[in-house]
Amino acid sequence: MKEKRILRTLFWTFFKIGGFTFGGGYAMIPLIEREVVDTHHWVSREEILDILAVAQSLPGAIAINSSTLIGYKMAGKTGALISTLGMILPSFLIILLIATVFSAFQENEWVRTAFVGIRAAVVGLIAIAGYNMFKAAVKDMIGVGILVATLILLFLLDVHPILLLIGGAGFGILLYSLFPEKRRGS
Amino acid sequence: MMILELFWIFFKIGLFSFGGGYAMIPLIQNEIVSRGWLTAEGFANIVGIAEMTPGPIAINMATFVGYKTIGVFGSVGATLGVALPSILLILLVSKVFFTYQKHPLKKGLFYGMRPVIVGLILSAAYFIAETSLFIVKPGEWSGHFLANIDWVSVGIALLTVLGMRKLKLHPILLLGIGGAVRIGFKLLGL
Repeated sequence: MKEKRILRTLFWTFFKIGGFTFGGGYAMIPLIEREVVDTHHWVSREEILDILAVAQSLPGAIAINSSTLIGYKMAGKTGALISTLGMILPSFLIILLIATVFSAFQENEWVRTAFVGIRAAVVGLIAIAGYNMFKAAVKDMIGVGILVATLILLFLLDVHPILLLIGGAGFGILLYSLFPEKRRGS
Repeated sequence: MMILELFWIFFKIGLFSFGGGYAMIPLIQNEIVSRGWLTAEGFANIVGIAEMTPGPIAINMATFVGYKTIGVFGSVGATLGVALPSILLILLVSKVFFTYQKHPLKKGLFYGMRPVIVGLILSAAYFIAETSLFIVKPGEWSGHFLANIDWVSVGIALLTVLGMRKLKLHPILLLGIGGAVRIGFKLLGL
Protein backbone atom coordinates (compact mmCIF):
# COMPACT_ATOMS: atom_id res chain seq x y z
CA MET A 1 0.00 0.00 0.00
CA LYS A 2 2.69 2.41 1.09
CA GLU A 3 4.76 1.53 -1.94
CA LYS A 4 1.83 2.20 -4.22
CA ARG A 5 1.43 5.63 -2.70
CA ILE A 6 5.10 6.45 -3.23
CA LEU A 7 4.86 5.41 -6.88
CA ARG A 8 1.78 7.56 -7.35
CA THR A 9 3.47 10.57 -5.74
CA LEU A 10 6.61 10.03 -7.86
CA PHE A 11 4.54 9.89 -11.02
CA TRP A 12 2.57 13.07 -10.31
CA THR A 13 5.57 15.02 -9.05
CA PHE A 14 7.51 14.40 -12.26
CA PHE A 15 4.39 14.83 -14.37
CA LYS A 16 4.00 18.30 -12.86
CA ILE A 17 7.69 19.16 -13.39
CA GLY A 18 7.57 17.92 -16.99
CA GLY A 19 4.30 19.66 -17.76
CA PHE A 20 5.03 23.06 -16.30
CA THR A 21 8.70 23.88 -16.93
CA PHE A 22 9.61 25.68 -20.07
CA GLY A 23 13.18 25.74 -21.33
CA GLY A 24 14.26 22.11 -21.00
CA GLY A 25 16.36 20.19 -18.51
CA TYR A 26 18.48 23.04 -17.16
CA ALA A 27 15.38 25.11 -16.39
CA MET A 28 13.99 22.15 -14.44
CA ILE A 29 16.85 21.91 -11.98
CA PRO A 30 15.51 24.46 -9.45
CA LEU A 31 12.03 22.95 -9.64
CA ILE A 32 13.35 19.41 -9.18
CA GLU A 33 15.32 20.60 -6.16
CA ARG A 34 12.29 22.25 -4.61
CA GLU A 35 9.95 19.29 -5.12
CA VAL A 36 12.38 16.53 -4.25
CA VAL A 37 14.24 18.17 -1.36
CA ASP A 38 11.88 20.72 0.19
CA THR A 39 8.41 19.35 -0.52
CA HIS A 40 8.91 15.58 -0.29
CA HIS A 41 12.23 15.24 1.59
CA TRP A 42 13.18 12.33 -0.67
CA VAL A 43 16.86 13.26 -0.78
CA SER A 44 19.03 15.69 1.15
CA ARG A 45 20.36 18.91 -0.34
CA GLU A 46 23.87 17.42 -0.64
CA GLU A 47 22.58 14.30 -2.32
CA ILE A 48 20.58 16.23 -4.90
CA LEU A 49 23.76 18.00 -5.99
CA ASP A 50 25.40 14.62 -6.62
CA ILE A 51 22.33 13.37 -8.46
CA LEU A 52 22.19 16.44 -10.70
CA ALA A 53 25.93 16.19 -11.38
CA VAL A 54 25.53 12.56 -12.45
CA ALA A 55 22.44 13.48 -14.52
CA GLN A 56 24.46 16.08 -16.36
CA SER A 57 27.46 13.90 -16.99
CA LEU A 58 25.60 10.86 -18.30
CA PRO A 59 24.46 11.00 -21.93
CA GLY A 60 20.85 11.79 -22.75
CA ALA A 61 18.30 14.35 -21.62
CA ILE A 62 19.14 15.81 -18.22
CA ALA A 63 15.46 15.77 -17.24
CA ILE A 64 15.19 12.04 -18.00
CA ASN A 65 18.43 11.24 -16.22
CA SER A 66 17.39 13.08 -13.04
CA SER A 67 13.90 11.58 -12.90
CA THR A 68 15.27 8.07 -13.47
CA LEU A 69 17.95 8.50 -10.78
CA ILE A 70 15.56 9.91 -8.18
CA GLY A 71 12.86 7.36 -8.99
CA TYR A 72 15.42 4.54 -8.70
CA LYS A 73 16.63 5.79 -5.37
CA MET A 74 13.06 6.02 -3.99
CA ALA A 75 11.46 2.85 -5.32
CA GLY A 76 13.95 0.79 -7.34
CA LYS A 77 13.46 -0.09 -10.99
CA THR A 78 9.68 0.44 -10.89
CA GLY A 79 10.21 3.85 -9.33
CA ALA A 80 12.70 4.76 -12.07
CA LEU A 81 10.29 3.77 -14.83
CA ILE A 82 7.25 5.44 -13.24
CA SER A 83 9.12 8.72 -12.62
CA THR A 84 10.51 8.83 -16.16
CA LEU A 85 7.09 8.07 -17.59
CA GLY A 86 5.71 10.97 -15.55
CA MET A 87 8.42 13.24 -16.92
CA ILE A 88 7.91 12.20 -20.57
CA LEU A 89 4.12 12.02 -20.76
CA PRO A 90 3.18 15.75 -20.63
CA SER A 91 5.73 16.61 -23.35
CA PHE A 92 4.61 13.72 -25.47
CA LEU A 93 0.91 14.63 -25.27
CA ILE A 94 1.40 18.38 -25.72
CA ILE A 95 3.69 17.91 -28.72
CA LEU A 96 1.35 15.40 -30.38
CA LEU A 97 -1.47 17.91 -30.01
CA ILE A 98 0.66 20.75 -31.39
CA ALA A 99 2.06 18.60 -34.20
CA THR A 100 -1.43 17.72 -35.45
CA VAL A 101 -2.61 21.33 -35.20
CA PHE A 102 0.63 22.70 -36.67
CA SER A 103 0.36 20.45 -39.71
CA ALA A 104 -3.08 21.94 -40.39
CA PHE A 105 -1.88 25.54 -40.00
CA GLN A 106 1.55 25.12 -41.53
CA GLU A 107 0.46 26.44 -44.92
CA ASN A 108 -1.24 29.48 -43.42
CA GLU A 109 0.55 32.61 -44.55
CA TRP A 110 0.67 34.23 -41.09
CA VAL A 111 1.88 31.09 -39.35
CA ARG A 112 4.62 30.79 -41.97
CA THR A 113 5.58 34.42 -41.49
CA ALA A 114 5.76 34.03 -37.71
CA PHE A 115 7.99 30.98 -38.15
CA VAL A 116 10.41 32.86 -40.39
CA GLY A 117 10.96 35.12 -37.35
CA ILE A 118 11.00 32.23 -34.87
CA ARG A 119 13.65 30.38 -36.89
CA ALA A 120 15.83 33.49 -36.89
CA ALA A 121 15.51 33.69 -33.09
CA VAL A 122 16.41 29.99 -32.84
CA VAL A 123 19.75 30.78 -34.53
CA GLY A 124 20.44 33.31 -31.75
CA LEU A 125 19.46 30.87 -28.99
CA ILE A 126 21.66 28.08 -30.30
CA ALA A 127 24.58 30.48 -30.77
CA ILE A 128 24.20 31.50 -27.10
CA ALA A 129 24.06 27.84 -26.03
CA GLY A 130 27.30 27.26 -27.97
CA TYR A 131 28.94 30.30 -26.37
CA ASN A 132 27.92 29.27 -22.83
CA MET A 133 29.18 25.76 -23.45
CA PHE A 134 32.42 27.22 -24.84
CA LYS A 135 33.03 29.19 -21.65
CA ALA A 136 32.41 26.11 -19.50
CA ALA A 137 34.22 23.58 -21.68
CA VAL A 138 37.27 25.16 -23.28
CA LYS A 139 39.78 25.91 -20.55
CA ASP A 140 43.12 26.00 -22.38
CA MET A 141 44.83 25.87 -25.76
CA ILE A 142 44.38 22.10 -26.02
CA GLY A 143 40.63 22.67 -25.72
CA VAL A 144 40.78 25.29 -28.47
CA GLY A 145 42.75 22.80 -30.59
CA ILE A 146 40.10 20.12 -30.10
CA LEU A 147 37.38 22.62 -31.04
CA VAL A 148 39.18 23.74 -34.21
CA ALA A 149 39.90 20.12 -35.16
CA THR A 150 36.20 19.28 -34.64
CA LEU A 151 35.08 22.09 -36.93
CA ILE A 152 37.58 21.13 -39.64
CA LEU A 153 36.66 17.43 -39.53
CA LEU A 154 32.96 18.29 -39.49
CA PHE A 155 32.86 20.89 -42.24
CA LEU A 156 35.67 19.83 -44.57
CA LEU A 157 35.78 16.08 -44.15
CA ASP A 158 32.14 15.43 -43.22
CA VAL A 159 33.07 13.15 -40.30
CA HIS A 160 30.07 11.79 -38.36
CA PRO A 161 29.34 13.71 -35.11
CA ILE A 162 29.24 10.52 -33.03
CA LEU A 163 32.73 9.58 -34.25
CA LEU A 164 33.93 13.05 -33.27
CA LEU A 165 32.47 12.65 -29.75
CA ILE A 166 34.14 9.25 -29.35
CA GLY A 167 37.40 10.69 -30.73
CA GLY A 168 37.33 13.62 -28.31
CA ALA A 169 36.60 11.35 -25.36
CA GLY A 170 39.38 8.96 -26.38
CA PHE A 171 41.86 11.80 -26.79
CA GLY A 172 40.98 13.20 -23.35
CA ILE A 173 41.37 9.81 -21.68
CA LEU A 174 44.69 9.24 -23.45
CA LEU A 175 45.94 12.64 -22.35
CA TYR A 176 44.94 12.06 -18.74
CA SER A 177 46.50 8.58 -18.70
CA LEU A 178 49.79 9.83 -20.17
CA PHE A 179 50.02 12.88 -17.90
CA PRO A 180 48.08 11.94 -14.79
CA GLU A 181 49.92 14.34 -12.51
CA LYS A 182 49.08 17.40 -14.57
CA ARG A 183 46.07 19.29 -13.25
CA ARG A 184 43.84 20.22 -16.11
CA GLY A 185 40.40 21.71 -16.62
CA SER A 186 38.48 22.86 -13.58
CA MET B 1 10.65 -0.86 -40.88
CA MET B 2 11.07 2.89 -40.82
CA ILE B 3 9.80 2.93 -37.23
CA LEU B 4 12.67 0.61 -36.17
CA GLU B 5 15.13 2.83 -38.01
CA LEU B 6 13.70 5.90 -36.28
CA PHE B 7 13.88 4.16 -32.90
CA TRP B 8 17.49 3.15 -33.52
CA ILE B 9 18.48 6.65 -34.69
CA PHE B 10 17.06 8.25 -31.55
CA PHE B 11 18.57 5.52 -29.38
CA LYS B 12 22.00 6.43 -30.77
CA ILE B 13 21.25 10.11 -30.25
CA GLY B 14 20.20 9.48 -26.64
CA LEU B 15 23.35 7.45 -26.06
CA PHE B 16 25.83 9.92 -27.53
CA SER B 17 24.47 13.31 -26.57
CA PHE B 18 26.26 14.64 -23.53
CA GLY B 19 24.98 17.97 -22.28
CA GLY B 20 21.22 17.61 -22.73
CA GLY B 21 18.81 18.79 -25.41
CA TYR B 22 20.99 21.41 -27.11
CA ALA B 23 23.74 18.87 -27.68
CA MET B 24 21.16 16.71 -29.48
CA ILE B 25 20.29 19.35 -32.09
CA PRO B 26 23.35 18.70 -34.31
CA LEU B 27 22.95 14.93 -33.97
CA ILE B 28 19.25 14.94 -34.92
CA GLN B 29 19.99 17.30 -37.78
CA ASN B 30 22.77 15.06 -39.05
CA GLU B 31 20.62 11.91 -38.97
CA ILE B 32 17.19 13.20 -40.00
CA VAL B 33 17.88 16.02 -42.45
CA SER B 34 20.61 14.09 -44.28
CA ARG B 35 18.15 11.21 -44.85
CA GLY B 36 15.75 13.70 -46.42
CA TRP B 37 13.06 12.92 -43.80
CA LEU B 38 12.76 16.62 -42.98
CA THR B 39 13.96 19.78 -44.68
CA ALA B 40 16.43 22.00 -42.83
CA GLU B 41 13.63 24.57 -42.55
CA GLY B 42 11.14 22.04 -41.17
CA PHE B 43 13.70 20.95 -38.59
CA ALA B 44 14.39 24.56 -37.54
CA ASN B 45 10.63 25.02 -37.01
CA ILE B 46 10.59 21.94 -34.77
CA VAL B 47 13.49 23.27 -32.69
CA GLY B 48 11.53 26.51 -32.21
CA ILE B 49 8.38 24.68 -31.12
CA ALA B 50 10.35 22.31 -28.85
CA GLU B 51 11.74 25.34 -27.01
CA MET B 52 8.36 27.02 -26.67
CA THR B 53 6.54 24.05 -25.18
CA PRO B 54 7.05 22.72 -21.65
CA GLY B 55 9.10 19.63 -20.86
CA PRO B 56 12.53 18.29 -21.81
CA ILE B 57 13.63 19.70 -25.20
CA ALA B 58 15.00 16.29 -26.18
CA ILE B 59 11.61 14.62 -25.69
CA ASN B 60 9.79 17.44 -27.46
CA MET B 61 12.08 17.18 -30.48
CA ALA B 62 11.91 13.38 -30.60
CA THR B 63 8.10 13.33 -30.37
CA PHE B 64 7.75 16.01 -33.04
CA VAL B 65 10.32 14.59 -35.47
CA GLY B 66 8.75 11.14 -35.03
CA TYR B 67 5.30 12.53 -35.79
CA LYS B 68 6.52 14.41 -38.85
CA THR B 69 8.24 11.37 -40.30
CA ILE B 70 5.73 8.53 -39.64
CA GLY B 71 2.92 9.88 -37.46
CA VAL B 72 1.91 8.83 -33.94
CA PHE B 73 3.84 5.54 -34.03
CA GLY B 74 6.90 7.49 -35.09
CA SER B 75 6.45 9.69 -32.01
CA VAL B 76 6.32 6.65 -29.76
CA GLY B 77 9.36 5.07 -31.43
CA ALA B 78 11.51 8.19 -31.37
CA THR B 79 10.58 9.13 -27.78
CA LEU B 80 11.23 5.64 -26.44
CA GLY B 81 14.47 5.57 -28.39
CA VAL B 82 15.79 8.82 -26.95
CA ALA B 83 14.78 7.99 -23.35
CA LEU B 84 15.85 4.34 -23.24
CA PRO B 85 19.66 4.78 -23.15
CA SER B 86 19.29 7.06 -20.12
CA ILE B 87 17.08 4.59 -18.28
CA LEU B 88 19.26 1.58 -19.10
CA LEU B 89 22.52 3.34 -18.27
CA ILE B 90 21.22 4.55 -14.95
CA LEU B 91 19.78 1.18 -13.98
CA LEU B 92 23.04 -0.51 -14.98
CA VAL B 93 25.72 1.86 -13.82
CA SER B 94 24.34 4.37 -11.32
CA LYS B 95 26.07 2.70 -8.35
CA VAL B 96 29.38 2.39 -10.15
CA PHE B 97 29.07 5.86 -11.55
CA PHE B 98 28.58 7.49 -8.16
CA THR B 99 31.70 5.69 -6.92
CA TYR B 100 33.83 6.76 -9.86
CA GLN B 101 32.43 10.28 -10.07
CA LYS B 102 35.87 11.74 -9.32
CA HIS B 103 37.92 9.21 -11.28
CA PRO B 104 40.65 10.89 -13.37
CA LEU B 105 39.68 8.96 -16.51
CA LYS B 106 36.16 10.34 -16.28
CA LYS B 107 37.65 13.82 -16.06
CA GLY B 108 39.79 13.08 -19.10
CA LEU B 109 36.78 11.85 -21.03
CA PHE B 110 34.88 15.08 -20.45
CA TYR B 111 37.97 17.20 -20.94
CA GLY B 112 38.33 15.81 -24.46
CA MET B 113 34.65 15.59 -25.34
CA ARG B 114 33.31 18.97 -24.21
CA PRO B 115 35.13 21.04 -26.87
CA VAL B 116 33.70 18.62 -29.47
CA ILE B 117 30.20 19.33 -28.13
CA VAL B 118 30.89 23.08 -28.49
CA GLY B 119 31.91 22.50 -32.11
CA LEU B 120 28.78 20.46 -32.81
CA ILE B 121 26.47 23.07 -31.27
CA LEU B 122 28.18 25.83 -33.28
CA SER B 123 27.74 23.78 -36.44
CA ALA B 124 24.01 23.41 -35.64
CA ALA B 125 23.75 27.20 -35.31
CA TYR B 126 25.54 27.53 -38.66
CA PHE B 127 23.28 25.07 -40.48
CA ILE B 128 20.11 26.63 -39.09
CA ALA B 129 21.46 30.11 -39.97
CA GLU B 130 22.03 28.93 -43.53
CA THR B 131 18.32 28.26 -43.98
CA SER B 132 16.96 30.94 -41.65
CA LEU B 133 18.97 34.07 -42.37
CA PHE B 134 18.77 34.06 -46.16
CA ILE B 135 15.94 34.93 -48.52
CA VAL B 136 16.42 31.81 -50.63
CA LYS B 137 17.82 28.38 -49.82
CA PRO B 138 21.60 27.88 -50.01
CA GLY B 139 22.55 26.79 -53.50
CA GLU B 140 19.85 29.00 -55.04
CA TRP B 141 21.65 32.27 -54.40
CA SER B 142 21.62 34.76 -57.20
CA GLY B 143 24.14 37.55 -57.54
CA HIS B 144 26.30 38.63 -54.64
CA PHE B 145 26.23 36.80 -51.30
CA LEU B 146 25.09 39.97 -49.49
CA ALA B 147 22.11 40.40 -51.81
CA ASN B 148 20.65 37.12 -50.53
CA ILE B 149 20.77 37.95 -46.84
CA ASP B 150 17.44 38.42 -45.09
CA TRP B 151 18.36 41.46 -42.99
CA VAL B 152 15.20 41.36 -40.86
CA SER B 153 16.05 37.80 -39.82
CA VAL B 154 19.65 38.77 -39.10
CA GLY B 155 18.27 41.59 -36.95
CA ILE B 156 15.99 39.19 -35.06
CA ALA B 157 18.89 36.78 -34.44
CA LEU B 158 21.05 39.63 -33.07
CA LEU B 159 18.15 40.94 -30.98
CA THR B 160 17.73 37.45 -29.51
CA VAL B 161 21.42 37.27 -28.57
CA LEU B 162 21.24 40.72 -26.95
CA GLY B 163 17.97 39.89 -25.19
CA MET B 164 19.50 36.74 -23.70
CA ARG B 165 22.90 38.15 -22.78
CA LYS B 166 22.08 41.70 -21.67
CA LEU B 167 18.43 41.67 -20.62
CA LYS B 168 18.27 38.03 -19.46
CA LEU B 169 14.92 37.61 -21.18
CA HIS B 170 13.31 34.18 -21.28
CA PRO B 171 13.96 32.19 -24.50
CA ILE B 172 10.23 31.65 -25.06
CA LEU B 173 9.61 35.38 -24.92
CA LEU B 174 12.44 35.95 -27.40
CA LEU B 175 11.06 33.36 -29.82
CA GLY B 176 7.66 35.05 -29.50
CA ILE B 177 9.23 38.46 -30.18
CA GLY B 178 10.97 37.01 -33.24
CA GLY B 179 7.66 35.81 -34.65
CA ALA B 180 5.88 39.06 -33.76
CA VAL B 181 8.56 41.27 -35.37
CA ARG B 182 8.28 39.30 -38.58
CA ILE B 183 4.49 39.59 -38.62
CA GLY B 184 4.84 43.32 -37.86
CA PHE B 185 7.07 43.76 -40.93
CA LYS B 186 4.55 41.88 -43.06
CA LEU B 187 1.68 44.06 -41.81
CA LEU B 188 3.71 47.12 -42.72
CA GLY B 189 4.06 45.65 -46.18
CA LEU B 190 7.85 45.35 -46.00
